Amino acid sequence: MSTSVAEQETSQAALPERPKQLAMHFDTLHQQFTTGKLAMWLFLGQELLFFTGLFTAYAVYRGNHQEMFHYAHYFLDWRLGGANTIVLLTSSLTAAWSVRCAQLEQRKGLLITLALTFLCAAAFMCIKYVEYSHKIHIGAVWGSNFGVPLNEFPEHLREKYPDLTPEQLQQMGTGSFFAIYFCMTGLHGIHVLVGMALYAWLFIRALRGSFNRKYYGAVDNIALYWHIVDIIWIFLFPLLYLIG
Amino acid sequence: MAGGIVEKPASAEVVHPTVHYLNATKGFKNWLVTLDHKRIAIMYLCAVSVALLLGGFWAIVLRTELLHPHDDVVLSNAWYNRAFTLHGAVMVFLFIIPGIPASLGNFVLPMQLGAKDLALPRINLFSWYLYVMGLILFLGILFLGGLDTGWTLYPPYSVGGGSEHKAVWLNLIMAYTAVFILGFSSILTGLNFIATMHKLRPKDMGMYDMPLFLWALYATSLIQVLATPVVGLTLGLSLIEHMFNIGIFDPRYGGDPVLYQHFFWFYSHPAVYIMVLPAMGVQSELIATFSRKHVFGYKAIAWSSIAIAAIGFIVWGHHMFVSGQSPAAGIIFSLLTYFVAIPSAIKVFNWVATLYKGAIDFKAPMIYALAFMYLFGIGGLTGLFLASIANNVHLHDTYFVIAHFHMVMVGSVLTGFLGGVHYWWPKMTGRMYNETLGRVAAVMVFIGFNVTFMPQFVAGTRGMPRRYANYLDEFTTYHQVSTIGAYILGAAVVLQVGYLLHSLFKGRKAPPNPWGAASLEWQATSPPDFHNFLEKPVTMGAYDFENWEYVSEEAGYVLKREVIETGKSLAKAH
Repeated sequence: MSTSVAEQETSQAALPERPKQLAMHFDTLHQQFTTGKLAMWLFLGQELLFFTGLFTAYAVYRGNHQEMFHYAHYFLDWRLGGANTIVLLTSSLTAAWSVRCAQLEQRKGLLITLALTFLCAAAFMCIKYVEYSHKIHIGAVWGSNFGVPLNEFPEHLREKYPDLTPEQLQQMGTGSFFAIYFCMTGLHGIHVLVGMALYAWLFIRALRGSFNRKYYGAVDNIALYWHIVDIIWIFLFPLLYLIG
Repeated sequence: MAGGIVEKPASAEVVHPTVHYLNATKGFKNWLVTLDHKRIAIMYLCAVSVALLLGGFWAIVLRTELLHPHDDVVLSNAWYNRAFTLHGAVMVFLFIIPGIPASLGNFVLPMQLGAKDLALPRINLFSWYLYVMGLILFLGILFLGGLDTGWTLYPPYSVGGGSEHKAVWLNLIMAYTAVFILGFSSILTGLNFIATMHKLRPKDMGMYDMPLFLWALYATSLIQVLATPVVGLTLGLSLIEHMFNIGIFDPRYGGDPVLYQHFFWFYSHPAVYIMVLPAMGVQSELIATFSRKHVFGYKAIAWSSIAIAAIGFIVWGHHMFVSGQSPAAGIIFSLLTYFVAIPSAIKVFNWVATLYKGAIDFKAPMIYALAFMYLFGIGGLTGLFLASIANNVHLHDTYFVIAHFHMVMVGSVLTGFLGGVHYWWPKMTGRMYNETLGRVAAVMVFIGFNVTFMPQFVAGTRGMPRRYANYLDEFTTYHQVSTIGAYILGAAVVLQVGYLLHSLFKGRKAPPNPWGAASLEWQATSPPDFHNFLEKPVTMGAYDFENWEYVSEEAGYVLKREVIETGKSLAKAH
């Protein structure tokens, strides 16, 4: 989206040896790189605050309804959540690795690590899909729509609290737990989807050979974004799945 | 005075450029895809002016309705509710919050750093598009029958709906989406500004060499980046709740409406400082320039901006003294709220000290600056009354509150905005506005404000509640006087639009530095080149006015020959 002829003419005339990736308002690639990085850190700060609202809502509702949260968490399968944790941690490793590959100009390594990161993200979403569809199927959903029949109660819950009835759960407002569950994991899931799109874009650029040891800001910044998505999940997993 | 004089004055050459950023490329399309911060700033200025006129129109309609205690003068009761909702929402989200940073800040910030553009030009353009989407959504709400929840969109006012209220349901969805989008526009502007100030500042300019306007924008940007995401989340959740009945804030599904208020004010109180801090920044520039004196207490003003931003994050509970918050929380929030008065007062005292023994020049921007101090003084001090819990319970939701926050949010921000627009108008457009009319309009704004809001303070203390279409007969005089004030304000705005537009075509060509200001943007031509500066500007302290001398043939100031030859500020030399 080059703006004008005037812009190109002047920048070429003033500094004939400018690298083609260097935007006209920067002096050096290093300045451009650190600027992008600062902006990304600020964006991540914004992301943290964005999720903080949800964590606060979680704290308020859990503080007010401790028993209900305890019952409700049995509906989440820690094995699936744990699998997703491992998948995401692996993808963080490959994301960090991709930055190293870009710095060292290892083209093949870069392509492989970017593809692996994308695939891990896709695997995460597949597992998430299995979890979501099961919950919607049995009626473990938000607000007043919540209503799980007794035969769909998880085994552990039935063993530990044999007298618990679906009506009791409904009256406790178990829907609130699932409202928060779906909002938190849903918002996180949207971030994973955005991350997948970004990694697909990086992969295409890497195929074209756009990156080199002086110009790899996009790989670095998107990896930073990916790490925060990972970190948020590291908090979501115990807070939702492991509160027994 | 004919324009286009290119004679050589004693010390430096004054150039009226024939090619500049406004005409470097032509055509509507070139503007819509521009990455130039100056053009984006002009597009922002146009858009926020539309919002200001729209919000102002509703204000005039509301005041007209309140001329009579019982009759419907122009609005039915239902439309009265919609009118004050749209007035508030449009003014807050579309004018006051983005107004100064996105238009004036966008234009001036890179130039005051001697830079070519903001750090992230594409993000800058993107934020403008987000803003325009928000504006369009609000216009859509207007055409679909309006909202009547108040600008705060509190549940349970906002949880109505159901099939019989399809339009309300849709309008709420549009409002949530609009504010969410506008929030991201604001966040992106903020992070762009911070990155620019850190990374594009020239090596020989430290943080303490920056004009105070930039310190104010820095503090504003911090709040934008750290507070806005919370309102984004809140309205995002409200949107989802509205569509799927999830029960986070809506009591019908087990949600907590007070939690909404906490979240909303966690953003919306700091947002008050997003509004007023940039205006304070403009204020620091105007007071120093038109006193022709280095600003008094530079570091105190700079750090008080940061202090206001920081304290602003921990006072939100003072909006909720009567919302079922615990008494302990009320007392703590009340105490914390008093703290905000300290950095605010530091600023005002420093401005007054700057005026002392200054060579004060009553140009139109300076009249706005003086009006700012007066209106902000009243708005700020009445804020202290409201910070004390006992008073607050009595005055809560009365016209006293209305008058208080209009004094701060509009009295200060609007005068800051108008002062800034007049101050940078020659730089932005290359034309001088009519100074006499400018002064008349400034005085009208000042008088109009006081006539509008002073009676509201009195009516409020006597029990006139806010948001009522009808009122008891005893309040008639207050309301009628207030309405007259609103008309004076309206007339001032019409006058401004008139002479500012006129100046675009018939105005005298502006010299590079008509005011003798010392920040770097005045070393560029008026209007600036596409790349801002034809040659690298001489880095100097933002208030080193001694580097400039008046040249009467140009009706403006030029850099002293000594400064050009040595490339150094005289303030540093001596």
